[in-house]
Amino acid sequence: MKLSVLVNEGPYQHQASDSAYQFTKAALEKGLEIFRVFFYHDGVNNGTRFTVPPQDDRNVVNRWSELSKQYNLDLVVCIAAAQRRGILDANEAKRQGKEASNLADGFRISGLGQLIEAGIQAERLVVFGD
Amino acid sequence: MSEGVTKKFMYLNRKAPYGTIYALESLEVVLIGAAFEQEVNLVFIDDGVYQLKKNQNTGVNSGIGVKDFSKTYRALEDYDINNLYVDQESMNARGLTEEDFIVPVQVLAAAQLRELMQQQDVILSF
Repeated sequence: MKLSVLVNEGPYQHQASDSAYQFTKAALEKGLEIFRVFFYHDGVNNGTRFTVPPQDDRNVVNRWSELSKQYNLDLVVCIAAAQRRGILDANEAKRQGKEASNLADGFRISGLGQLIEAGIQAERLVVFGD
Repeated sequence: MSEGVTKKFMYLNRKAPYGTIYALESLEVVLIGAAFEQEVNLVFIDDGVYQLKKNQNTGVNSGIGVKDFSKTYRALEDYDINNLYVDQESMNARGLTEEDFIVPVQVLAAAQLRELMQQQDVILSF
C-alpha cells in the first residue's frame, strides 16, 4: 500500500500535526510506503528549525526531520503557504533579501503541484486537519 | 511524472470564507488540480456554503480589510471546473437559496452527496 499524507495544522497549536506524525511513523514501521508528506495551511510551521519547545516536551519539528532521515521520507512544504507565514529555505531567503532561512533538515519547499501529484501517485491520501 | 493519469478529486469546503484562510488556500489547490487535468468536484458544506454568497463586501472602507476572492469562483469555468455541489441541509439551515450564490450550483441531499463521495479517488477536506 502506497500512501500520501497531508498536514494542514501547525505544531503544538493542534493535535492534527501529532496525529499525522504518529500515523506516518506507524505506517512506515509496518512496511507501508509513504510517497510524500505535504504540509499546507499552518501545517508549514512544522518545518521551521527555529522552533524551541520546552525541554520536557516533544520536539515536533525534529521528530519529522529524524523520520525523514531514517526512512528517506519526502517532506514537502507548500511554497505559497510558507512564504505567507515566514518559512524560507536558503535560496528563497536570498531571493527575497531576508537575513536568515529557517527550513528544517529533511524538508524541502515546492509548489502545490506536489500535493496533486501525491494524490495521483498514492492509493490513499490521508488528510490531517481541523 | 503523472502524465495520462486522471483521478477524481473532491474538494470539500467546510469553512466560512473569512475568519480563517482555509477557503482561500483551498481555492489555490483547486486551480492547480485543474491545471494537472484531474477531475475536479467542488463541494460546499457546513459554513462552506457562505463561500459562494453573492455581494461579499470585505474592503478596507466598508468591510474587514481583506481581499474579496469570491469572484474567483466565477472564473472556475475558464478552467473547465463545472462540478460545483452544495449540501442542501447546510444551505437550508443558513436561510440561503440557489439564488444567493455567485455561480450556478447543483444542490444535493446528504444521500446523493454520500454517493458522490464514494465515487472519488481523492478527497481533500478544507
